Amino acid sequence: MKASNRLAGVIKSHEKDILADWIKEQLASTTLRGDLLKESELREQSRAFLAAVQAAVQKGSEDIAGPAWADVKQLLAELSRARALAGFSPSETATFVLSLKQPLFSRMTAELKSNAAELGEELWSITLLLDKLGLQTIELYLKSRESVIDRQQTELLELSTPVVELWDDIVALPLVGTLDSNRTQIVMETLLQKIVQTGASIAIIDITGVPTVDTLVAQHLLKTVAATRLMGADCIISGIRPQIAQTIVHLGVNLGEVTTKASLADAFQVALKRTGATIGKAKPEAAESV
Amino acid sequence: MDRIPILKMGQFLLVTIQVDMHDQLAITLQDDLTNRIAKERSRGVLLDISALDVVDSFIGRMIANISSMARVLDAQTVVVGMQPAVAITLVELGLPLEGVHTALNVEKGMVLLRRQLAAGAS
Repeated sequence: MKASNRLAGVIKSHEKDILADWIKEQLASTTLRGDLLKESELREQSRAFLAAVQAAVQKGSEDIAGPAWADVKQLLAELSRARALAGFSPSETATFVLSLKQPLFSRMTAELKSNAAELGEELWSITLLLDKLGLQTIELYLKSRESVIDRQQTELLELSTPVVELWDDIVALPLVGTLDSNRTQIVMETLLQKIVQTGASIAIIDITGVPTVDTLVAQHLLKTVAATRLMGADCIISGIRPQIAQTIVHLGVNLGEVTTKASLADAFQVALKRTGATIGKAKPEAAESV
Repeated sequence: MDRIPILKMGQFLLVTIQVDMHDQLAITLQDDLTNRIAKERSRGVLLDISALDVVDSFIGRMIANISSMARVLDAQTVVVGMQPAVAITLVELGLPLEGVHTALNVEKGMVLLRRQLAAGAS
């Protein structure tokens, strides 16, 4: 109780000096990102934060989970979120809080020059407090980064499953990236939906862009093929690279009666044949007359 | 009692499921259908399940059973119009209906039946 009151007093009486020192400290530090943050913004953030800390300490509570620190935490949350999105690194973000130690320490030392024991106690409590706030900053920073990753993952899922119409009655699904159960579900749904829309009777799944095929991926592929067949369409798997063919056999995966082809072109030819369409080169004389 | 109507079209029987299937209805359908195949000496059955949104393992097995029973009575079965969600459910249930012929819609199903009949005759 007494310790925090002294801290509040020190901050209150030297607020301007502490703020000036702190900002100087931040501007001088190697982790400042002048390219991402304007000095005026930094000043404003520092001023608001110091005022909030002072108000919180004044209330006498050192427990940062308590209601007295709600404002400070709110400020920190906004700050770490903004910095995480702007591309600051974790240490660059945490330095904002941790660099406040130096100016507070020097003020406190000046205040309690004669009383070493009390000075030690005060410094310890300031260190504890700022470390907690620093950790809080990192945590919030990570949280906002994770939410960015989550969002990108969803976007990736949506982007990565285009079903293209190759010809009348033929659709193709070029798969890029690893297949997990989540993706398989979406792939299956989009493919089946497209088959319903277009009334296609043949679907080609091209796995040229799938880096590895393990038993799980093979299982997912077989499920997709089975579901397609239930809808009343045929499925061809194409783009099987030599290594993948070897892996499939070594793993003992049985692709059963699924038609497989080495390249999309071959698969397309088979599909054309099954639908009764043909493609050929124009005859030379016909080409000349055009 | 509810019944699912079975329509005769030449050599084929057309069954369109337009209500939610419950187990008793499925059993009745199996009964009726086998009787009709025997009575009309039909060569093919077209089972249209495009209005079926929900399947469970029982209905899934029923579809497979109907197909097998019809085959014993020398009739081909084609299941048409399966919804994507139903197809995914059946696969996840481990019921890929091996040996059951499928088609996207009634028209394609008819073509498939005729082709099979022709192949069988020749």
